[in-house]
Amino acid sequence: MARYLTRRVVMLVGIVFVISVGAFYLIHLLPGDPAVVILGTGDSPQNRAILFKELGLNKPIWDQYFIWMRNVVHGNLGTSFISQTSVAGTIRAALPIDLELIVLSQILAFATAIPAAMRSARKPDGPLDRVLGATSFTLLSIPPFIIIVLLVLLVAIKLQIPHTGPSSYVSLTSDWLGNLESLALPAFTLAIASFVVYYRVLRSDLIATLQEEFITLARSKGLSSRRIMWRHAFRPSSVALLGTAGVNIGGLLASGFVVQYLLAIPGLGYTLIAAIAQSDYLLVQGIVLVVSVGVIVINFLFDFIINLVDPRISRE
Amino acid sequence: MSDQLDELTLIDRPEKSRPLGVLFWVCVGWVGLNIVGAISANFLPLPDPLYQNYSAINVGPGLHHLLGTDDLGRDIFSRLVFGSRVSLAVGVGAMLIGFGLGAPLGMLAAYRRGRFDGIFTTFMYVLLAFPAIIATIAVLSFWTPRALVKIIVVIGLASVPLVYRVIRTATMGIATKDYVVAARIQGATDTRILLKELLPNVAPIGVSFLLIGIATVITLEGALAFLGLSVNPPTPSWGNMINESRTVLAQNPWLVIFPSLAMCLFLLCLNFIGDRLRSHFDVTEVKL
Repeated sequence: MARYLTRRVVMLVGIVFVISVGAFYLIHLLPGDPAVVILGTGDSPQNRAILFKELGLNKPIWDQYFIWMRNVVHGNLGTSFISQTSVAGTIRAALPIDLELIVLSQILAFATAIPAAMRSARKPDGPLDRVLGATSFTLLSIPPFIIIVLLVLLVAIKLQIPHTGPSSYVSLTSDWLGNLESLALPAFTLAIASFVVYYRVLRSDLIATLQEEFITLARSKGLSSRRIMWRHAFRPSSVALLGTAGVNIGGLLASGFVVQYLLAIPGLGYTLIAAIAQSDYLLVQGIVLVVSVGVIVINFLFDFIINLVDPRISRE
Repeated sequence: MSDQLDELTLIDRPEKSRPLGVLFWVCVGWVGLNIVGAISANFLPLPDPLYQNYSAINVGPGLHHLLGTDDLGRDIFSRLVFGSRVSLAVGVGAMLIGFGLGAPLGMLAAYRRGRFDGIFTTFMYVLLAFPAIIATIAVLSFWTPRALVKIIVVIGLASVPLVYRVIRTATMGIATKDYVVAARIQGATDTRILLKELLPNVAPIGVSFLLIGIATVITLEGALAFLGLSVNPPTPSWGNMINESRTVLAQNPWLVIFPSLAMCLFLLCLNFIGDRLRSHFDVTEVKL
């Protein structure tokens, strides 16, 4: 276990290093003078002097990277010259919304996918399994940005449910019930996308596990099928589910961007798209860095959880 | 964790291969129709997709305009047909890049093993850990001005590690088979084994993954277009059309319903064909 973890941590550090180089280099992908691009509408001799000093733009590129990295480690992602606010501060304000959205959607997805997969696995190819299979296959082909638009059309525009339409986000601190209402459609949309994947993965693993001898033994002991499902079959079948959930986080964040954009929910996604539209490249760079590192760390945590669930993996 | 992703791409296969069925051919027909439409859009008797007819704004479906018009009086059906070009170009183009680079490398790595395999596989797994969608958004937002070719290249390169892994896993199952060993003992050259023994057996898996890959890329392009990061308006694309409908949802719901339907049907057919082919060629055998 310890050796396995050390290897993973080394890999984690390596990947984070690659990401930091990538995020740093983004600014240099832009055509022309990076200073002009970063300053944007805030281009003045004073700002230019500050920027050159802050980023060391007249130094070699590796020195620039180390200067930038030292700032990042100290939590300083720079100051946007377009909105005159600190990038780290903007991200800190937006991030909780994304986290709330992801947590809500994952609760919904797991709460529906696990029972559905268990029902399906109990009688593979039975009527319920077929219906769920066809439904999940169809849902797999409907991208989140279409689901959210159609949901808004139906719920917010036709049914006129309050707080569900575009630009009606209510913050958690001002009114928690309104907040839940305003996040209901986005969370539901993300939950559908996750449900499909979780259901399919868990179902096929449960079917495989239920063929094992220890299940036959449990059955012959006369245990109830509910108890067999939860106590005997679920844990060995949940490894792939957890792995998928970890991998899924990246896609989930990206889908989150889409729903936030449509509904003008001021999370990271909305902020990112607005920053791209305003050519606020320092903010884009900061968000990309934070989100990428976040995804990698979450992946790592899931790996760790998988090891707790099935310790055989680290002994391979 | 990597094994679980393989599970994802190779799940839900039945024990024995089934006949392809009617629905399969219906889907093939629909995809074929879309491709023909996209290629021959210029020669079809369609109104100009960019022409703004201000005397027919937000008209519902009817005889004059088959699927109605949008808020600028442009013909929706015509825009759908022309818009399919972007989706198809990105889907096929990106996957050509992904398979062009990832498949030969994956096959070679699985056949050679040893140090070559070790280095490449570690490298690709590091890349796979990178959140590809966010990297794509980042690169496309910085790499201005946006163009179709850039979108194809970025998505194509981002797909290389995944293609590499699927093809490598598939090849590894075959490379240890008796007939490959026999061919090697007979003194067949590596090129011959790769092309004559391995390629024909990896190809079916490759094709079914290719179709599902195209569907995934089309979804991704749609999401990018929705966020305003794909081809610039007024060029129609399914994603662009859905994006433009956002502001007039209440006035003209047809504007979102038709492009959504076009996209979902196309994706559903692609996924279905890919899934059927996979179970038809029975991938289980390869994994053993």
